[in-house]
Amino acid sequence: MKKTGAQILVDCLVKEGVDTIFGYPGGAVLTIYDALYHSPLRHILVRHEQGAVHAADGYARASGKPGVVVVTSGPGATNTVTGIATAAMDSSPLVVFSGQVNTPLIGNDAFQEADIVGITRPCTKNNYLVKDVKTLAPIIREAFYLARTGRPGPVLIDIPKDIQAQSTDYVFPRQVVPRGYHPTYDGHPGQIQRCLELLATAERPVLYVGGGVILSGAAPEILKFAEAENIPVTMTLMGLGGFPGSHRLSLGMLGMHGTYWANLAVTECDLLIGIGARFDDRVTGKINEFAPLAKKVHIDIDPTSISKSVKVHLPIVGDVKHVLRQLLADAPRPRAEIARARQKWLKRIAEWKKDKPLSYRHGKMIKPQAVVEALCRATKGDAIITTEVGQNQMWTALFYEFNHPRQLITSGGLGTMGFGLPAAIGAQAAFPGKTVIDIAGDGSIQMNIQELATAVQHKLPVKVAILNNGFLGMVRQWQKLFYGGRYSHSRMDVSPDFVKLAEAYGATGLRAQLPAEVEPVIAKALKTKGPVIMDFVVEPEEDVSPMVPAGEAINKMILL
Amino acid sequence: MRKHTISVLVENQFGVLAKVAGMFSARGYNIESLSVAETLDPTISRMTIVTRGDDPIIEQITKHLNKLVPVIKVSDLTGTPHIDREMALIKVEAKEKNRAEILRIAEIFRGKIVDVSPTSFVIEVTGDDEKITAFLALLKPLGIKEIGRSGKVAMGRGPKTAGVEPNGEKEGG
Repeated sequence: MKKTGAQILVDCLVKEGVDTIFGYPGGAVLTIYDALYHSPLRHILVRHEQGAVHAADGYARASGKPGVVVVTSGPGATNTVTGIATAAMDSSPLVVFSGQVNTPLIGNDAFQEADIVGITRPCTKNNYLVKDVKTLAPIIREAFYLARTGRPGPVLIDIPKDIQAQSTDYVFPRQVVPRGYHPTYDGHPGQIQRCLELLATAERPVLYVGGGVILSGAAPEILKFAEAENIPVTMTLMGLGGFPGSHRLSLGMLGMHGTYWANLAVTECDLLIGIGARFDDRVTGKINEFAPLAKKVHIDIDPTSISKSVKVHLPIVGDVKHVLRQLLADAPRPRAEIARARQKWLKRIAEWKKDKPLSYRHGKMIKPQAVVEALCRATKGDAIITTEVGQNQMWTALFYEFNHPRQLITSGGLGTMGFGLPAAIGAQAAFPGKTVIDIAGDGSIQMNIQELATAVQHKLPVKVAILNNGFLGMVRQWQKLFYGGRYSHSRMDVSPDFVKLAEAYGATGLRAQLPAEVEPVIAKALKTKGPVIMDFVVEPEEDVSPMVPAGEAINKMILL
Repeated sequence: MRKHTISVLVENQFGVLAKVAGMFSARGYNIESLSVAETLDPTISRMTIVTRGDDPIIEQITKHLNKLVPVIKVSDLTGTPHIDREMALIKVEAKEKNRAEILRIAEIFRGKIVDVSPTSFVIEVTGDDEKITAFLALLKPLGIKEIGRSGKVAMGRGPKTAGVEPNGEKEGG
């Protein structure tokens, strides 16, 4: 059957199982938008292309399905770059379609022309410029395959305007796999055996779990493995929810703002098994003092993650779900004396926890930690939470108890301020019936506040909780601790009245200024049907604690 | 810090060179020389890359090359028996009193005179890095006017090929 490039695109999306796309029309994608007009696809019209990519990313992280974006050429395409880099750092599956100027004009500095394939080369898993309409369908199939398999990631397809209009014979192609692409899923049996040998004698083991566990759907296997072996589990920011935070074996988050007991456990352990985590500098602190007593095992699907920063004793390349199943198949119950030693180890960790629990001092003003705890109570720990970046993100990680995978959606690797609101919109689009809350700061919410209009237009009832301290709080905290208290340009003297702003957008605005007002505001927000902004006026100079100074060993924590 | 010669089979598509070169620059690795050309199979090109680094760096380089989707196969030839060659075109000043000596040196190195003018020769020479460097050192006092030096091309010795296996398995990883 003959179809135009634009019709092929729409048909491929439907056949790939896409139901929702996020986009913004413009000159170079008018033909695609014309084809979308009568399509069954739900299109969410954002207010800025960066918002489209973060929303698609939020949709992908909440649902596990690739997020899809359509934008125009030039500025439309360049506006996606931060979103694509965010997804690349956190291995989130996206397929981004950008319009391009007509083929004969490419390279002529034409109106709204940008070399988006060149610009996004280092932050995509792969990208394509479509030069022949016959190759469009196979490229789309390949792109979805790459986005969702192996270590997932963003893929960009740049389609010139004339290609969108050209016709060709079309059948939906069979799966296309590039010949140079062969992710390893099963762990090497010899390495599995060696890992079991290390386990058999480990008296003080720790599992260090990252976002890979969530991406591969390995939460049930982690739970089984940890319980069978009686091993405590610490999580990276991206790994939160991969293991239940309320479980007796959970140590919470480790690293720069990790819990006291998690960081001490990692420092004292004799076997550290990294699972779908990449030994990021925010986790390890000073590299040569990270888990200095431990034999280190690293399970990861991406060979480049292994021995990148920390030299490991035993690498296992593979999908963590597959590898954990292999380990579980052969794992013997720990021998009696090892089981006793592990019991002692857990007791020691429990003492650290009792000694220095997560805490903060209550005062006359609202404490941001109390807001996060109240949100957790009000949603029974069951909401989808997105965050912005900075103090709001760390308090969320520490004070909201995540028990399920895909419950926390946050920009971990790139640390993109402005991520939370559009990501919440995307997550809400994937799960219309769930409570979705963006925990934000007064600084970061202003980076993509325009997307509130998107939420209102598409009836996506996201709730935003602004921890409003009048500062770029994390910058201020570093300036206080490491720059002699010189608050250089970190004070936001002027911000909009967020209640009025919400109303201006057609959403609901609520404010709490006293501790007693926190719970009623949250209750009212959760009962309100549409999008809500909650403005919590909090203690301006509250710090995130614990904190490991940059470059220090992670057991050298400052408790603030 | 050892020199490594890495042979990379890639999809013969536009943008692949930029991807490979971009990976090196983005991660702070250095390319000392690079040559690219089509193979017998016109859909595949071979890149020969000379780079420098200690073992962990070379390991990361080969892993990152493998990770690029259009890369089909990566082989680090260093440490395995292999042949490598580069070619140089050298324009030398050919004054009356030097002409005989230049021809003699060129002959010793099996160089070919590919262009002659009343005041200059252009000599073509192939060989490994050491040979070409030695050749240049001998010609230098006689007056080199211009040098064009290719990147290295390399191949493993013996009957085994670096070609793509029928199932297209990548090496390493």
